[in-house]
Amino acid sequence: MSSDVRFTDFKSDKQPTWCPGCGDFGTMNGMMKALAETGNDPDNTFVVAGIGCSGKIGTYMHSYALHGVHGRALPVGTGVKMARPDIEVMVAGGDGDGYSIGAGHFVHAVRRNVDMTYVVMDNRIYGLTKGQASPTSREDFETATTPEGPKQPPVNPHALALASGATFIAQSFSSDALRHQEIIQKAVEHDGFGFVNVYSPCVTFNDVDTYDYFRDSLVDLAEEDHDPSDYDAAKDVILDSDKEYQGVIYRDEESVPYHEQHGVDEDMSDIPDGAPESATDLVREFY
Amino acid sequence: MAADFNWAVGGEAGDGIDSTGKIFAQALSRSGRHVFTSKDFASRIRGGYTAYKVRTSVDKVQSVVDRLDVLIALTPRTIEENLEELHEGSVIIYDGERTTMQNVEIPEGMIGIDVPLKRLAEEAGGAIMRNVVALGAACEVAEFPIENLDSALEKRFGDKGQKLVDNNKEAARAGRSYVAEEYDAEFEYDLETTDEDYVLLNGDEAIGMGAIAAGCRFYSGYPITPATDVMTYLTGRLERYGGHVVQAEDELSAINMALGAARGGARAMTATSGPGIDLMTETFGLVATSETPLVICNVMRSGPSTGMPTKQEQGDLNHMLYGGHGEVPRFVLAPTTVDECFWKTVEAFNLAEKYQLPVYLTADLSMAVTEQTFSPDAFDMDAVEVDRGFVVDDASVDEHLSESGGFKPHELTEDGVSPRAFPGTVDGAHMSTGLEHDEQGRRTEDTEMRVEQVDKRNRKVETAEDREDWSPREFGDADAENLVITWGSNEGALAEALDMLEADDIDIRVLSVPYVFPRPDLTEEIEAADETIVVECNETGQFANLIERDALVRVDRINKYDGVRFKADELAREIKATLETGTEATQ
Repeated sequence: MSSDVRFTDFKSDKQPTWCPGCGDFGTMNGMMKALAETGNDPDNTFVVAGIGCSGKIGTYMHSYALHGVHGRALPVGTGVKMARPDIEVMVAGGDGDGYSIGAGHFVHAVRRNVDMTYVVMDNRIYGLTKGQASPTSREDFETATTPEGPKQPPVNPHALALASGATFIAQSFSSDALRHQEIIQKAVEHDGFGFVNVYSPCVTFNDVDTYDYFRDSLVDLAEEDHDPSDYDAAKDVILDSDKEYQGVIYRDEESVPYHEQHGVDEDMSDIPDGAPESATDLVREFY
Repeated sequence: MAADFNWAVGGEAGDGIDSTGKIFAQALSRSGRHVFTSKDFASRIRGGYTAYKVRTSVDKVQSVVDRLDVLIALTPRTIEENLEELHEGSVIIYDGERTTMQNVEIPEGMIGIDVPLKRLAEEAGGAIMRNVVALGAACEVAEFPIENLDSALEKRFGDKGQKLVDNNKEAARAGRSYVAEEYDAEFEYDLETTDEDYVLLNGDEAIGMGAIAAGCRFYSGYPITPATDVMTYLTGRLERYGGHVVQAEDELSAINMALGAARGGARAMTATSGPGIDLMTETFGLVATSETPLVICNVMRSGPSTGMPTKQEQGDLNHMLYGGHGEVPRFVLAPTTVDECFWKTVEAFNLAEKYQLPVYLTADLSMAVTEQTFSPDAFDMDAVEVDRGFVVDDASVDEHLSESGGFKPHELTEDGVSPRAFPGTVDGAHMSTGLEHDEQGRRTEDTEMRVEQVDKRNRKVETAEDREDWSPREFGDADAENLVITWGSNEGALAEALDMLEADDIDIRVLSVPYVFPRPDLTEEIEAADETIVVECNETGQFANLIERDALVRVDRINKYDGVRFKADELAREIKATLETGTEATQ
């Protein structure tokens, strides 16, 4: 069946209300293409979205999906995957969703290494509330709520992931369609938690981290002789604050996903009409 | 009713009080006696005062009373804490060689039994067994055959090797012999045994077992007193039945994981207590509006805020009924006995799936930590029914597609219940959201659709009210002029209080209500009574307020919020006093 699936099958009949030129269009296209290319179809895919501009993605894609509450998309995805190891799970959210209100869940989802993909649509701004600083905004980024800039260093999501024991860390750019799709695809194929931070520019409220800025400054790791399985090399890339990178930064070739660690491999939706066989053993334990 | 016997072991947290008490309770249960236990405990790992209390009889026991017959006191404070319950002739077993117990004074009229617990334990193989020496001594005092204790010791230590079991048996016998030789006083107790088979379990365990019986496959939780035992019980056991337990990073995550599993088609549950319910309330509205079946177990403890984490209260009723912004339908089930915790858990899963909404399953601390004996037939697994409600498969999904071919998870139906398609169902792909949505789960702000979806969600409640049985349990004298209504774990104390009141020629009709929402309309019963009293463990009378609103009358109230459950004799006194004065709330 999968060979017949086209990426447009993952498109819903709702027209996106993102601003014209929003990076999220490209981000979503890459996600749909990656899902189709990896042999998935809408009926065996579950997309979880958070809140914010990025959160609308569940509406614009066609698959099983839940648009959750702010910051909690990862736990929802975790629950879906544990209950249904047979289903492809992709979680999408913004930088506020993932690194501010949901930062706690990010750390623990990374640690758990559940076999799913996490796409963060990072525009370094709060767009839907019309332009406030986000956890990845620059220290001097002026907004209505931070007139002199946040005066705090931005969160380094890759470093946070690495420190939490990540097995797959990548960075892509929504406008570099081919590379973006390729990187998401590698995250989907990864045996474990595939984390991709996507530079997904906000054309309305962020006049600093623009398409031009990323185009000019991005260094592609594929052209840099970078070995993603080399932890120290990955660490150097992640802690290098002078440059912006794209590509697979780190991949643990020995990654053992959660379901293998814990032996969670059953389709939990399938249960009998009455108590499970041998349930009476449970009563006997109380003698 | 046959004479009951009240026993306790008390000391500091860290003294092994809990496991000592549990062994004795197990021994009594295995001897065919009924057991009802309670705990005085503090939220700390070491120090303080903690006690494990056992009430036992050959008849059913379902409450604690204000009486203590035999007390094993490891600290002087244990005696002080129980002075009111001890009476003339009560026996206090203690170790006079223990530094802190050397100058202990046995209150007048009570019998002090000084047993060198530590020394005898060391002789039997290790000081750690001193509590078991005390159990042996208690067996002698109560004329309880020590073989029953052996059986409980085997259960407790069996997997740690025969040597340890034998040492413990020897320690118990050392305690028994010491009392027999040094104190040949005639004690008034003679604990007879029967051939009955009983199981001994607490409310948390009954909830956990009920969840497995109901086909729950996914549990996510965050440890919190007094709900942790649900998680501890399920850990390892749920896996045996093809499920999985996850310890989440917080309650926000716990409920969202359970939500995800439920969207995946699993029967899922989380359990917590008040502070966790506060956090979970964030996601509660999403569960309800995305029409996801979910069982949220709230084992109530004393609040607000951190409150008294190890103390009893039934103070979360308003939160469960009204918590969260906006208006969202939910059910609230409140089992009233330990065995009912099992059945109401099964029912909660069925209701959640039949009506596709969150179900609060609420127990309270007293019931959660109370170990009680039941016939194994009380948990008849063959009687468990699983009803998954309206679920479509590959063949039937076509009947619920929109004109453009999209599945309708929020289809507008007559009874309000829409079809569910589990992921993997061909052509069933759909989304849902916390945003107001159309039949296909897509965001909408269309005024008509908004109203239709709100009405549809509420229609499910009307359908459930109509289709399901929400009756209260009734006992006592059906024709009595006095009506007492209660919910949650007070039922046992009330049942026993009834016998005591009957001795004073006071007849009572009791309605014990396990359904808070939807709940039975008790207007007729209240109108038929001269006097109605609502009994509950909170200050404001949250359930009484509902009853007054339902029946449009004023009721009398008995409220307790000192952190301790009702005792049968105490409750009998309170009811008598309230009937005499007919006044408003007493404390």
